[in-house]
Amino acid sequence: MVTPRTALLQQPLTLASGRVLDSYELKYETYGELNAEGNNAVLICHALSGDHHAAGLHCATDRKPGWWDHYIGPSKAIDTNRFFVVCLNNLGGCNGSTGPRSIEPETGKPWGSRFPTLRVRDWVHSQAHFADQLGIRQWAAVVGGSLGGMQAMRWALEYPDRVRHCIVIASAMKLSAQNIAFNETARQSIMSDPNFFDGNYLDHNSYPKSGLAVARMIGHITYLSDYVMGQKFGRELRSGSFAQGLDDLVEFQVESYLRYQGDKFSEKFDANTYILMTRALDYFDLAREYNNDPVEAFGHAKCGFYVASFNTDWRFPMQRSREIVDALIAADKPVTYTEIDSPFGHDAFLLPNAHYEQAFSQYMARIVTE
Amino acid sequence: MRIDFNHLQQWIHQDSRVLDLGCGDGTLLKYLMDSKQVKGYGLEIDPTQIELCIGRGVNVINQDLDDRGLGNFDDDSFDTVLMTQALQTMYAPDKVLDEMLRVGKECIITFPNFGHYKARFHLAFRGRMPVSDLLPYEWYNTPNIHFCTFKDFEVLCREKHINVLNRQVVNEHTNQTLGRLNPNLFGETAIYHLSK
Repeated sequence: MVTPRTALLQQPLTLASGRVLDSYELKYETYGELNAEGNNAVLICHALSGDHHAAGLHCATDRKPGWWDHYIGPSKAIDTNRFFVVCLNNLGGCNGSTGPRSIEPETGKPWGSRFPTLRVRDWVHSQAHFADQLGIRQWAAVVGGSLGGMQAMRWALEYPDRVRHCIVIASAMKLSAQNIAFNETARQSIMSDPNFFDGNYLDHNSYPKSGLAVARMIGHITYLSDYVMGQKFGRELRSGSFAQGLDDLVEFQVESYLRYQGDKFSEKFDANTYILMTRALDYFDLAREYNNDPVEAFGHAKCGFYVASFNTDWRFPMQRSREIVDALIAADKPVTYTEIDSPFGHDAFLLPNAHYEQAFSQYMARIVTE
Repeated sequence: MRIDFNHLQQWIHQDSRVLDLGCGDGTLLKYLMDSKQVKGYGLEIDPTQIELCIGRGVNVINQDLDDRGLGNFDDDSFDTVLMTQALQTMYAPDKVLDEMLRVGKECIITFPNFGHYKARFHLAFRGRMPVSDLLPYEWYNTPNIHFCTFKDFEVLCREKHINVLNRQVVNEHTNQTLGRLNPNLFGETAIYHLSK
């Protein structure tokens, strides 16, 4: 059982965009205990639609545990008997941290479209201020999958003395044109919803629910593999029939599933946050300020790296992880790399898998004993 | 420790940068890290072996040589590139050898001798592909697809103008003196130390 908490950060944060947030709140959860030496803290960075609730249950009647419960907990890969695990809802999020739904101090109204555009480094800096507040000088590991992996890598470059290990799962040093295209299609779906009101829907007591649902449907397709969709739904029909002489509308199971996923998501997520997060993904380019040279970029890191990818992931394909590993080797950094056989596409990083669990656990165990 | 490891470690320098191709469970790299403070990486494809490497603290990279080669490694970026008992499992051993010598300033290769008298007797008198304690596989399930004898390997080195710095024969199961006397007939395992 875990209870979320809220941290108020009052040190002004100058963002990459040049704008300044005077103060902000971050919602977070912790699991395990910080040891006396203060050297067993692990930061979990969440992906696009994640939040601070990474593991455990909020109450006994919760139907689902946190989003990475398979890998965080007692005797799991990130063993909470050994590590003090911290996960927070990113700035700009919609699950308790300051974001587009929060009240803008100057106007007394929800930020909406006026909320600053964020980059991955802004999250990293806010997380560093937050670590100061928790009294954590150095993370034993900063861990993340997908967009979370980008944060972990940025941590290694921005705060080399504050990260002992960087764990990058199913991630990339920058998105491909195809990735950006998917994200832009999702954003357009939201922005073209008549209830979007240029992002100030809350001022109009409105919400672009259908636009966000379609955005999520697009995203969801890219997180699964063709194989898994085939296994799960095939061409099964939910209603209607192809019988001769019948004019019924035919609905495939996969259509109903995707609509359900989109609806469910659009009820709890914020449209502006979705736009903000996808833009942060698109803008991220690890080596941009290092002469576009990943080897030069990673030259600044002082930590060990564990990189993992999944063979059916086409959103963040293995090739993207290999690029990370190649740059780390050329930069002469300690790196361990595993390619995991899994049918589950990008989602695989969240799901149980014997080899992934074992490799991840072994790497984390090494951190404890070093 | 495996007998070929014991011999080849004499050619690895203190604090050098080492790449071990087909590093298995990481025993050799771990030993070299501890005894010679080498920095290095091991390439491996077997998931169980990779897990063992990680547990040992070895920097293991999941990479298939037959699939990707060593194209992602720069010229002369390692002091020594190692390959122990894996050359005979490669699709293109000659190309692997070229790549090893491109990436490493020096290379160390160990492989089993198919010209060993036991193998020869097996084929000559029983008329069947050799299966022994040295080569415990049947022809249809062996991972060893490109066998050579010591002589064959020497010919390849000559053709490629590869510089043989050192060569050694080790016998674990049969007589060591005979192995030294006539390596191609009595030697079990060859250890070659090469440079361009």
